[in-house]
Amino acid sequence: MKAHEALGHIPYARFLGVEVRDTDAGIESILPFRADIIGNPALPAIHGGVVGAFLELTALLQAMELVDNARVPKPINFSVDYLRPAGPRETRGRAEIVKHGRRVVNVRVVAWQGDEEKPVAVGVGNFLL
Amino acid sequence: MADTYALAEMFGAGRQELVDHIPHSARLGIRVVDVGPRVARLRLPFQPELIGDPVRGVVFGGAITTVMDETCGLAVFCTLPVMQAIATLDLRIDYLRAAEAGADLIAEAHCYKLTQHIAFVRGVAYERSADDPFATSLATFVVGSTPNAAPLIRTTPEDA
Repeated sequence: MKAHEALGHIPYARFLGVEVRDTDAGIESILPFRADIIGNPALPAIHGGVVGAFLELTALLQAMELVDNARVPKPINFSVDYLRPAGPRETRGRAEIVKHGRRVVNVRVVAWQGDEEKPVAVGVGNFLL
Repeated sequence: MADTYALAEMFGAGRQELVDHIPHSARLGIRVVDVGPRVARLRLPFQPELIGDPVRGVVFGGAITTVMDETCGLAVFCTLPVMQAIATLDLRIDYLRAAEAGADLIAEAHCYKLTQHIAFVRGVAYERSADDPFATSLATFVVGSTPNAAPLIRTTPEDA
């Protein structure tokens, strides 16, 4: 299933307002900034949990491209490293399939704001197909 | 670890002001169950819009990440002898089983080690009993961020 279509099957993706678009480098997901995703109003900065959720969603959408039905792969685990603050602006993400096994797919994902060379967070997760 | 806690007077049940200053927390309707020395428990009320797998009716893992991150952070605040800014360094979640469809989810975190700069936290998430979790987590936090790291600093309850 294509990521665009997969988005429609995930209520939480609509909750965050996540969009996807095709680029030369593959699927790019977009997390628009909204005031209600702020975790730290003093800075302000996006909630770390939302950044993690966006990474996991980006990884999941990439994994869903591997399956030909609407069944959502089950997450086994997910790990996030927070590298920089995520400020009050648009965040983008891109995932890469590291290993496509018979039952498990390993996905690496990166999120950035503005400069892709300066990621705000990276993640890696395993999903059961 | 220190026996004095900066947040000691907040220890107990239902101190909602510990999370209500966080806009996304308020949006999710996260509730403080209780906090104590090195421990925090938060509740994420079930909401259909948080579902990640409509076939199974299961809340998206990322929403669990959010409540887990917040619970772990609060457990760190409940460990500090003096209030300082903290920032999540990394967070890992294992999804042991699907969370029950339609159920409120509870995250419980314990800060089991605090060094001068780093706090180590483990957590579980469950519907009814910590003995039957659907997810477990491990996280580390940077404590007392440097000026360069200032943008990562969380708002402490005292700042709110």
